[in-house]
Amino acid sequence: MSGTGLWAAVLAGSLGCYLLKLAGLSVPSAWVEQPWVARIVDFVPAALLAALVAVQAATSGQHLVLDGRLVGLAVAALALALRAPFIVVLLLAGAAGALVHVLAG
Amino acid sequence: MSSPERSATLRDAVGLGLAVGLYGVAFGAAADAAGLNLWQAMSLSALMFTGASQFALVGVLGAGGSAVAAVGSALLLGTRNTVYGVRLVPLLQPRGGLRRIGTAHWVIDETTAMALAAPNRALSKLAFLVTGASIYLTWNAMTAVGALGAAGLGGTARAALDAVVPAAFLALLWPRLRKVFPEAATQRRVAVGGAVVALALTPVVPAGVQVIAAVVAVALAGRPRATERPTASEELA
Repeated sequence: MSGTGLWAAVLAGSLGCYLLKLAGLSVPSAWVEQPWVARIVDFVPAALLAALVAVQAATSGQHLVLDGRLVGLAVAALALALRAPFIVVLLLAGAAGALVHVLAG
Repeated sequence: MSSPERSATLRDAVGLGLAVGLYGVAFGAAADAAGLNLWQAMSLSALMFTGASQFALVGVLGAGGSAVAAVGSALLLGTRNTVYGVRLVPLLQPRGGLRRIGTAHWVIDETTAMALAAPNRALSKLAFLVTGASIYLTWNAMTAVGALGAAGLGGTARAALDAVVPAAFLALLWPRLRKVFPEAATQRRVAVGGAVVALALTPVVPAGVQVIAAVVAVALAGRPRATERPTASEELA
């Protein structure tokens, strides 16, 4: 994507996210505090973040790909399950990805 | 207001700011991996200032997605902050347009949790401001560190960074899947659904669209319950 396209995404996304914050402080609470709205907002992060994990770890363009990223993800999951600190999780995942890269040569 | 409570609030707020700031390194690195330059990464941290949306935006761009898909996924994650704002109004009582415009920028997961957890309204305001300030400073500084650090990488280090990015997303998602989180089993079901939808659509839709389409997995959460909603502090537990 061109630099202009990236800047457009950066600025439009920033403005939109700011307006969503401002709306919460500005609109009548009854508009937002409806059970269905709350339900959807509570679960959007799980769906989207999981989708991003899958796409970042196992795809390249429109292809499904198995490489060091998936190994790194498995290592990260194990570290998270063992309550490792965030930075340790990332270092272990990076080390696993690098190792696969070296071994696969 | 008693002084021990006040210093406990200050200590927690600054401590949280430093801890969360570390995520800024991962964000800066992810932004670089997605093809954003230093100024674009730093603009996101300064102007968007809401971690999950920032990660989503660069994640979709990094996967080759369009600007529209990237902004769309950032906005979907940003709806959380609207709900937080509604909960914060009675505590912060931002009077006047200017006060509200300024306050809005710092309405995020962490500031909301800290303000809601404070023992009284004066400390809520303090917790919101100090948490907001400490996270804003560290998050922006660490974004620059991550983006500059990643830009100098090549070869094997690049492969390491490629593996770090999905791990950072998983770390962002993980607290929602833990047993202590309200309705963790339902969160897990929705998460698995979102991942399956995204992978299944990857070969057939333009890059990035599969991420937005994954919101259909929210339907797996089912109807709203009559029970009381969790507070933001529980959500962060």
